[in-house]
Amino acid sequence: MEILTVKHWKERLEGEKAYDLVLEIFDKIEKSKLNAYITLNKEDALKKAEEFDKGELNGKLAGIPVAVKDCITTKNLRTTCASKILYNYIPPFDAHVVERLKAEGAIIVGKTNMDEFAMGTTTETSYFGVVRNPYDLDRVAGGSSGGSGAVVGREAVLALGSDTGGSIRCPASFCGVCGLKPTYGYVSRYGLIPYANSLEQIGPMASCVEDLILLFEVIAGKDDRDSTNAGKEFKFERREKRLRIGIIKEMGARDEVMDKFYESVEMIKSKHEVDEVEMPSFKYALAAYYIIAMSEASSNLARYDGVRYGYALDKLDSWTKYFSKVRAEGFGKEVKRRIMLGSYALSAGYYGKYYLKALKVRTLVKNDFVKAFKDFDLLIAPTMPALPFKIGELADPLTMYKMDVNTVPINLAGVPALSIPIGFVKGLPVGMQIIGNYFDENTMLNFALWLEKQISDGGR
Amino acid sequence: MISREDVYHIANLAKIEISEKEVDNFKDEFQSILEYFNILDEVEEDVEPTFQVLPLNNIFREDKSKESLPRDEVLKNTRHVEEGYFKGPRVVE
Repeated sequence: MEILTVKHWKERLEGEKAYDLVLEIFDKIEKSKLNAYITLNKEDALKKAEEFDKGELNGKLAGIPVAVKDCITTKNLRTTCASKILYNYIPPFDAHVVERLKAEGAIIVGKTNMDEFAMGTTTETSYFGVVRNPYDLDRVAGGSSGGSGAVVGREAVLALGSDTGGSIRCPASFCGVCGLKPTYGYVSRYGLIPYANSLEQIGPMASCVEDLILLFEVIAGKDDRDSTNAGKEFKFERREKRLRIGIIKEMGARDEVMDKFYESVEMIKSKHEVDEVEMPSFKYALAAYYIIAMSEASSNLARYDGVRYGYALDKLDSWTKYFSKVRAEGFGKEVKRRIMLGSYALSAGYYGKYYLKALKVRTLVKNDFVKAFKDFDLLIAPTMPALPFKIGELADPLTMYKMDVNTVPINLAGVPALSIPIGFVKGLPVGMQIIGNYFDENTMLNFALWLEKQISDGGR
Repeated sequence: MISREDVYHIANLAKIEISEKEVDNFKDEFQSILEYFNILDEVEEDVEPTFQVLPLNNIFREDKSKESLPRDEVLKNTRHVEEGYFKGPRVVE
């Protein structure tokens, strides 16, 4: 199957009408078995394509079909977070990143399926059903940005995802595409429906590193409406340099994934210096991540009160009854689980044992990264500990949480990380995670460009 | 050990109504998840917590109001409106 890139799309735009090409994308989506979109933006997308054909749509992404994860707010286009509680929500404003996409002439195809409120690793918690893996329909596309991972290069050219504990990198790995979780604060979270504010970032997903860079340049930058925004724009600079690369010992995977990973490590050794690095705090990272994420979720999701927007009941009862009932009917199981455990972790008598302790672990994780980046320019590991799961394989919640073990330490520290495809095992894609120092996306992306070329030259 | 009463207590803290059937499921799941979280008991106490990873402090802007959304736009997503306001449930019993 042909995978779409920006370069390829632009070549086609020279000979064909954007209107016909965009229509072709929607035909493909309507026949698709992936279940990757929740809401389509067909009418508006075709109108934009017509504008492009008349020469009225300009910018870095002019005429390029982009999919947007459904936790990112789009004006007048339904935004559900894959939850029943927002099944009918039509936002009256755009997220900062969506404003930027529109300003650069992007054609927004639709809103992609995801785990409910981004809480999951497989999109199986979506109210709108699971997203299927493009390489094997019986397997998951990963999560929580599973829809974005599945459509990149297939039912859109580019996509936006969000990553709280691996939600961009996991589906990138499982769907054989590239995905970047930027440094915390690089991309404005204004309009990103929050799950765990101190951990999450919006990031680009694309079928090649060059496209990843393009989309990241568009979305990164200053925005006063997010008070944790670092106020930096991103401009890619090409560099060729021998790098010091550390393999993180604590981030393992099943043998078949590990073997593939070490094939790429051999390739890397031909040009770069490679050594192992120990990160002792990572033993506690998964527990700390879940406690912080659940605690923040329990507070964030208190906004769904059935009063101002979203799922509501006909009769306004007393406040406690109404609020408790709306949430019982509107939230799915995993969301309830996390809100409840988060409320517990913050409650009197347990704050010190769970929440405060988790924040201390976060300090230790951050210190381990700061220390490692004194000796290394980049760190690497397999993105996921296993190949894409069969649908229904991870029935127990704790077993599912443990699949995030290689991705969550990154969010705790706020450093950037990306996943790029390094080949296939049993016909299923495997991804390598490349982790950089704070605001050093440039080194990561240069290395990813180089590695991508080695892999395509070396064959699969 | 997490009891059924604990689960009802947690659900009440979180203000989520739960059914008899759900209680047993949540009880077992919470038990195994919280047991896993106990790994943090090994971590030393003498460490400063990190609430936020960037060295940002008190981000201010000028105290000038900007244009807000039109009222009908804001109210279009709700079912309960009265005289141009959101109507909420009774707070005082």
